[in-house]
Amino acid sequence: MASVEFKNVSKSFGEFNAVSNINLSIGDGEFVCLLGPSGCGKTTSLRMIAGLETPTSGQVMIGGDDVTYLHPKDRQISMVFQDYALYPHMNLADNIAYPLKVRGEAVAKRHGRAKEVADVLKIGNLMDRLPSQISGGQQQRTSLARALVYPSRVYLFDEPLSNLDAKLRLEARGFLNHLQRDMGMTAVYVTHDQAEAMALATRIAVMDQGKIVQYAPPIEIYRRPATTFVANFVGNPPMNLVPVDAIQGDGQLQLRAEGLAIGALPMSNGIAKALETGKTLTLGVRPEHLLIATEGSPNKVSGKLFANENMGPESLVTIERGDGARVTARIFTDDHIQLTEDVTLSFLAEHVHLFDSTGKRIPVDNEAPLA
Amino acid sequence: MKLTVPAFLGRMAFSALAALIGVVFALPLIWFLFAPFNARAELGLAIPNPWTLSNFFTVFENKFAMQALWNSLIQSVGGVILVGAAATLAAYALSRSSIPGKGAVTYVLLLFSSVVSGSAAMVPIFLIVSAAGLMDTHLAVILVFAGGLLPTAMFILRDFIDSIPKSYEESAMVAGASPVQAFFDVALPVIRPGIVVVVVWAFVNIWGSFLIPFILLRSDTNMPASVAIYSFYSEAGTPTVTLLAAYALIYSLPVIVLYLFVSWKFGFRFFGGIKA
Ligand SMILES: Nc1ncnc2c1ncn2[C@@H]1O[C@H](COP(=O)(O)OP(=O)(O)OP(=O)(O)O)[C@@H](O)[C@H]1O
Ligand SMILES: [Mg+2]
Repeated sequence: MASVEFKNVSKSFGEFNAVSNINLSIGDGEFVCLLGPSGCGKTTSLRMIAGLETPTSGQVMIGGDDVTYLHPKDRQISMVFQDYALYPHMNLADNIAYPLKVRGEAVAKRHGRAKEVADVLKIGNLMDRLPSQISGGQQQRTSLARALVYPSRVYLFDEPLSNLDAKLRLEARGFLNHLQRDMGMTAVYVTHDQAEAMALATRIAVMDQGKIVQYAPPIEIYRRPATTFVANFVGNPPMNLVPVDAIQGDGQLQLRAEGLAIGALPMSNGIAKALETGKTLTLGVRPEHLLIATEGSPNKVSGKLFANENMGPESLVTIERGDGARVTARIFTDDHIQLTEDVTLSFLAEHVHLFDSTGKRIPVDNEAPLA
Repeated sequence: MKLTVPAFLGRMAFSALAALIGVVFALPLIWFLFAPFNARAELGLAIPNPWTLSNFFTVFENKFAMQALWNSLIQSVGGVILVGAAATLAAYALSRSSIPGKGAVTYVLLLFSSVVSGSAAMVPIFLIVSAAGLMDTHLAVILVFAGGLLPTAMFILRDFIDSIPKSYEESAMVAGASPVQAFFDVALPVIRPGIVVVVVWAFVNIWGSFLIPFILLRSDTNMPASVAIYSFYSEAGTPTVTLLAAYALIYSLPVIVLYLFVSWKFGFRFFGGIKA
């Protein structure tokens, strides 16, 4: 196992900057998820670690050595490709065992090892088939098996579970989590699925347009999203974001917006600084922190009922405010909620996130680090 | 639906015309199948009576004719190996590397290839070959064909390789394979159907060509079958039809066998807009 580090790495394709000047340090034994929308540069970053793409500038380090120009074969890594890249002319046994063949293992030994890994991933009974003769999810697991069949310093996963059904995905996720605990693998894991990132990662790097917006442990990404982009990307459904006019006075802060009634917040250095750049802030509240308002709730948002979806243990209640913007609440009850046309939702002041006019999170003074 | 009378007559006329055209084209082929088995074959079409193999025996006894078939084989196989190997490597490089202007290279070569193998270039080719001291050798024929066929072969193969995801070789290299290993283990087996198409195409081209070996070869012992067919003409220039027909049938067999073998073993497919 080894650490991985990006030092001021940029990659452009012609005029287009796929990755712009990223710095990222992944510790030995860490499991880092790259999370971000399509086209933000996740695969490109992964390929630079693998050596399949050479950075336009900057350095890539593995285990403390500069590997920027090292050939992929000399990096001792394994990778699950987004398109699986299974060899169409080899059956599953040969596909999975190929890395061992390259390492000069005898046929019996490498097929035995391939079968072990395949069994864990529940494709052990398909070893004689060609890739074209198995389903997409089975192909994906074959590709995963091929990456796990030999010891590597760094494991690179490009959306390795995207094509599995919900049950298999949970199982495979658990298996990866177990592997990570068991052998302390260093892994870089690309995913669109933020639940997967939350579950697996020791740290998550949220990317947007070739840049890393936030790099922190999952709990911090969730509780203290660095920007409105992160707030909006992580969470299911994403955080409700409401533009608010800030009025400062008397050591207190009043926030105004259509349909919103919120008690005065205490001023802080962070807020004072944020107000220097603009008086329009963004207020964020996660859906799971909203409740159906009762008498005397201090902080409220109200509007017309837009949707009421019961999903078993929880319900999603969406309202439309006067200006047409929507707010969603995630209410934990297995009863179908009876609602009238006008709905008011409430929330606690401690669950309020504030972002400045550029979308950056306004820190609370003397914020304690999250454990 | 019932056809109206004019429409019906129109269809009849059309079908009759189509049948007539079909017959015109089929006649030479029918002759080609009948004449070899007819001891008194002439240029006219006749059903053999009796069917006989005597024409074939005469041909088999003709040393020169048999040597010519062997020469054809040497030249075709030699050319095919050279074209197949060189085109595969060149097309792979052109497809996978990021040389600037590689597209232009292929197109320029393609343009010139039609000149090189065309009759316009016969004089320079003759001069070059004789200056190189290769006159009247198999090698001369093989090299000239390789030069003429390579650009098109490269073009077909590059098109084919372009359509194969790079991630095959990439995953092999990440797994620890060198580029050469990745090429032989992963890329080559995947490209093989494309190579087969090129090989068949090149073989048919060389096997059937007349002009280049006719010009570059002197001695009887080096002539390929396409040229040797001329030996079945009498001094006065009239063909010995019986022998000619039998020899032509033998001559066409390798190509037919090759097609059958390839379509049985690999199946012809369509690749990247280029017909196999
Ligand atoms: N070889 C290339 N040539 C030109 N542009 C490229 C190339 N590879 C990637 N790009 C561009 O770089 C950007 C980042 O691509 P990348 O594949 O890293 O995205 P991604 O984050 O993995 O997206 P997805 O989640 O859809 O897989 C995209 O806009 C893509 O179009
Ligand atoms: Mg990707």
